[in-house]
Amino acid sequence: MGLLVENKNIVIPGDIIAEGMDYLPGENAFREGENLISSRIGLVSVDGRAIKIIPLSGTYRPRAGDRIICKVIDVTYSGWRVDTNTAYSAMLSMSEATSSYIERGSDLTKIFGIGDYILAKITNVTGQNLIDITLKGLGLHKLHPGRVIEISPVKVPRVIGKQGSMVTMIKNATETQITVGQNGLIWLRGRDPEKELIAVEAIRKIERDAHKQGLTDTMQAFLKEKVGDFNTTSLSDYEGGDQNE
Amino acid sequence: MSREDGRANNHLREITAKVGIIKNAKGSAFFKIGKTAAYAAVYGPRELHPKFLQNPKTGVLRCYYSMMPFSGVGERIRPGPNRRAKEISLVTEKALLPVVDLSDYPNAVVDVFIEVPQADAGTRCAGICAAAMALADAGLRMKDIPVSIACGLVNGEVVADLTYNEEASEGAVDLPICILPRTGEITLLQMDGKISKEKLMEAIELGKKVSHDLAQNLRNALLEKYIDLDNNHNKEDTK
Repeated sequence: MGLLVENKNIVIPGDIIAEGMDYLPGENAFREGENLISSRIGLVSVDGRAIKIIPLSGTYRPRAGDRIICKVIDVTYSGWRVDTNTAYSAMLSMSEATSSYIERGSDLTKIFGIGDYILAKITNVTGQNLIDITLKGLGLHKLHPGRVIEISPVKVPRVIGKQGSMVTMIKNATETQITVGQNGLIWLRGRDPEKELIAVEAIRKIERDAHKQGLTDTMQAFLKEKVGDFNTTSLSDYEGGDQNE
Repeated sequence: MSREDGRANNHLREITAKVGIIKNAKGSAFFKIGKTAAYAAVYGPRELHPKFLQNPKTGVLRCYYSMMPFSGVGERIRPGPNRRAKEISLVTEKALLPVVDLSDYPNAVVDVFIEVPQADAGTRCAGICAAAMALADAGLRMKDIPVSIACGLVNGEVVADLTYNEEASEGAVDLPICILPRTGEITLLQMDGKISKEKLMEAIELGKKVSHDLAQNLRNALLEKYIDLDNNHNKEDTK
């Protein structure tokens, strides 16, 4: 009876987490008779009576309010179709894209062409996973030429860090503009291409070591070794897209 | 009578299982039992085209099984889909579908590619084991990790995990079976040969018995990818 695994243990689908009716299934867990069972690979998180599984892998699931990096894949009469790095593309309508006047029948590729990247905000997600996005909001814009890399979406919070501390540190150290999208796409542009590559390397390292303790210290040491001393305290001059609320 | 390789009737061949070996895939796994090996790679959920294949109620699971040209013991195998590969793709899909929950991904598709580089009987079972691990690795919602093993009749005796020579011997019966270890439910049951009702039940029971060992192997492989994670996850640092 009761809990069969410890808090923060790793479970796989089908593992019995708890027996009896004392606990309630939360996210990524379900009840089968008397047993509470995990349905994804992840860490057990016990919160009072509720048990949820924090996934260790998986794709990005769109949520309203998230800021994501999208790629324009088609231009239509009334707007743009963008790839959201999920199984579903989103439609960006003209009115959500810009507040300036667009003449009837004008060439929309002059605003965004196919292959352009934009930083957009999800305004609504329907039950069928239809995504509405907007470019109206603080810091939302078309991304300038740079480098876009993809990381596992479950690692995004680690790359950003507490109140954006991790990404700010990388920006400071490498003098690179970095924008992190919740969907796992990251845009970078550095003054110095060499330093831009160091920033990419740093992000890849965070992705690899996301589960390890003391990651901030490890990264600070890593960046110091690569670029020498840098300002670790002040806010970045290289805000670029500024992705963190 | 003892078996060709000296195993007991309920013994499996040596098992190697690894997870996360194909970087570009969302989830991947390698499974080897004796000389039979299988890779599985999961791509998706992604957009499904042509559109008429989409299901607005749930995501679609698609499996592709393929043997590599010189994987068998006989002549070169012509690569690409053939009658046998299509059948195995279909039964793999049917074996996995009851555990995979794709209701979060309406109109989308999850593709599973299974490649067999080396074969010594039981390839569909090895393929299902690899695919099950790869699906879990991809972070998809699943009820259980299904395991699959071939049981059968060799020289009148019920045995587990047949080799090619055993399978090809006279009067042999091959019985691939896929089991959900927690509940004992069967999601795949095929048979090649003639068998009495009693022996058939005996073979299925043997399959259920060895499935627990097998399940432990798959479980360990999945955990191994993250094992140093245990109790190390520092939640404070995340946003």
